Amino acid sequence: MTTAATTDEGVDSPFALSHLDSLESEAVHIFREVAGEFERPVILFSGGKDSIVMLHLALKAFAPAPVPFSLLHVDTGHNFPEVLEYRDRAVAQHGLRLHVASVQDYIDRGVLRERPDGTRNPLQTLPLTEKIQEMRFDAVFGGGRRDEEKARAKERVFSLRDEFSQWDPRRQRPELWQLYNGRHAPGEHVRVFPLSNWTELDVWQYIAREKIELPEIYYAHEREVFARNGMWLTAGEWGGPKESETTQTRLIRYRTVGDMSCTGAVDSDATTLDAVIAEIAASRLTERGATRADDKMSEAAMEDRKREGYF
Amino acid sequence: MTTVAEQLSTTTLLRFATAGSVDDGKSTLVGRLLHDSKSVLTDQLEAVEHASRNRGQETPDLALLTDGLRAEREQGITIDVAYRYFATIRRRFILADTPGHVQYTRNMVTGASTAELAVVLVDARNGVVEQTRRHAAVAALLRVPHVVLAVNKMDLVDYAEPVFARIAEEFTAYASELGVPEITAIPISALAGDNVVEPSAHMDWYGGPTVLEHLETVPVAHDLTACHARFPVQYVIRPQSAEHPDYRGYAGQIAAGAFRVGEQVIVLPSGRTSTIEGIDALGEEVDIAWAPQSVTLRLTDDIDVSRGDLIAPSSDAPEPTQDVEATVCHVADRPLAVGQRVLLKHTTRTVKAIVKDIPSRLTLDDLSQHPAPGQLVTNDIGRIVVRTAEPLALDAYADSRRTGSFLLIDPADGTTLAAGMAGRSFASTAAVNTVADEEGWDF
Repeated sequence: MTTAATTDEGVDSPFALSHLDSLESEAVHIFREVAGEFERPVILFSGGKDSIVMLHLALKAFAPAPVPFSLLHVDTGHNFPEVLEYRDRAVAQHGLRLHVASVQDYIDRGVLRERPDGTRNPLQTLPLTEKIQEMRFDAVFGGGRRDEEKARAKERVFSLRDEFSQWDPRRQRPELWQLYNGRHAPGEHVRVFPLSNWTELDVWQYIAREKIELPEIYYAHEREVFARNGMWLTAGEWGGPKESETTQTRLIRYRTVGDMSCTGAVDSDATTLDAVIAEIAASRLTERGATRADDKMSEAAMEDRKREGYF
Repeated sequence: MTTVAEQLSTTTLLRFATAGSVDDGKSTLVGRLLHDSKSVLTDQLEAVEHASRNRGQETPDLALLTDGLRAEREQGITIDVAYRYFATIRRRFILADTPGHVQYTRNMVTGASTAELAVVLVDARNGVVEQTRRHAAVAALLRVPHVVLAVNKMDLVDYAEPVFARIAEEFTAYASELGVPEITAIPISALAGDNVVEPSAHMDWYGGPTVLEHLETVPVAHDLTACHARFPVQYVIRPQSAEHPDYRGYAGQIAAGAFRVGEQVIVLPSGRTSTIEGIDALGEEVDIAWAPQSVTLRLTDDIDVSRGDLIAPSSDAPEPTQDVEATVCHVADRPLAVGQRVLLKHTTRTVKAIVKDIPSRLTLDDLSQHPAPGQLVTNDIGRIVVRTAEPLALDAYADSRRTGSFLLIDPADGTTLAAGMAGRSFASTAAVNTVADEEGWDF
């Protein structure tokens, strides 16, 4: 049945863009809007795949001129060394300016206290928001995607934050057409999410198409890990494993990059981009469900952290 | 042989919006589309099951998949538009999931503004009701190119063809009159899964596509030859480096139509003319580029062009104006009144403006016009006349959704007040249906 409907299957006009081209075009438009409307924008850059794709898009958006933004890294003090190394290489290669907000500094100064579970993810909010105030950034690009988490599905592309960097989901501006409203009062800033409409798979396909280099931890490799809360964590100075936990060598890779204390690895033999894409396309777990301990804390963990100013 | 990566990256993207009243089964339809296209992953489902159990519910409440905010889950209502993503082997989808409450017209307007297709849900037992007409009107007003009428709960009317045919006929007549260009009616049961993803075994009389099949095959690009080419300048790229001492490119996203190297263009509002010397499409030089590609145009002459200007073919350019007549949907909590000073954001240009007149307010229920309401409040759709401080190169929204749309913004705190659509629309078929306000309290 339905023969009439299938005859023209897949036949779009020659002027139809592929979904990756549409997403790329939209993200570039967003970068250029910010460059045109704001005084002091900054790109949050963690060395993870989403921020690497953001930087790649920004480079394309302004070529052959340099990217008119600096980078900001919130350093938890528990980063993967490969990722920090990648970060510094990218900064040097593209002649960018890097700002670092350090969680360790805040702990050393006694402003923040280490949590009993050792995770530093929630501790990032204060160094981030204080750095934004200190540097008077008025637009802060984040790599957040709406497919990551249900509170993020409610996020605007241009998301106004008050002088305390707080997000109020009930007071968001409606976002119509591609007319982004970035107006804000002094002290307020706008979080901007150029990858809002991308999914994890889109990001990987784009990385493959554009041949973007990533930190090696995204590909399968052998590593000393131990199990906690159903995830494989990397042993390290941040405090794992405890006495009751034992390490073993496994073939794993990371789907996300974050604080070592709460970012889990997945068993994988995907050593190439194509293998990674095939693995994600077949996965029955979301990226965060598979690898983020902190999002499992409560039903509204992400929403609560976002309200406080988290990215 | 193609790799998975290649196979997936050639698919196209369809943005669509759903509209339906609270009990029409919209959540079930969205849940069914996500679930049957295998877009709900195990951990998301587990989280929903866990949360449902905590609330004492025996079966998983699929609405928890889509209600992302604490307040939404507590109250069991959807407050705001959410965007969902799913994919099939043929196409990827961005779904604007809009709340169905009557008072949330602005949410449907938000969802429909970027949608190429709208799914309007109807309960087969109730047929076309006021809310259905309201959804059709908003889809028509926003010029959504394709509308799907999903006649849901067919299982509750014994899958009877005459029930479907009657509703489809009534809706098609109404929506066509509003100017909706393409309407596809599909009988479904979102709960039982009939004609959503899988063809129904209960409705042999229906020979059309399932909802998903239609979403996968509806054409996403328009006929470019029929579109006026428009390029709002976003940003001027001037590296001034040793390698590129003289490079001067105008960066932007083509809003409509196509541009070619060698084409004669005019820059508005200044009216200066030049020729396209080159087009840089994100790293690649091309001879032709089209909407919605983000590109950089280079011109042969060194003329003054800056953010907010519009580049158009010399032979087909809009007439800049300072008097804007439009239909607006009011989206803010505070009213919009005659005499109010606002900012008007059109493409990449923001100018000062004053609301000169509000000739009428539309009653969506019966499309009648309420004359001279004095002000518009949240969710109102009305006609306005605005005078701008500088000329705008504005198209009629009917010709171009991108260059015919604008925002009104409160200059004091930046609040988005209203979404505007320039030119005439069915909402301006003035005074034909003019009636007094029936609600009594609005003098």
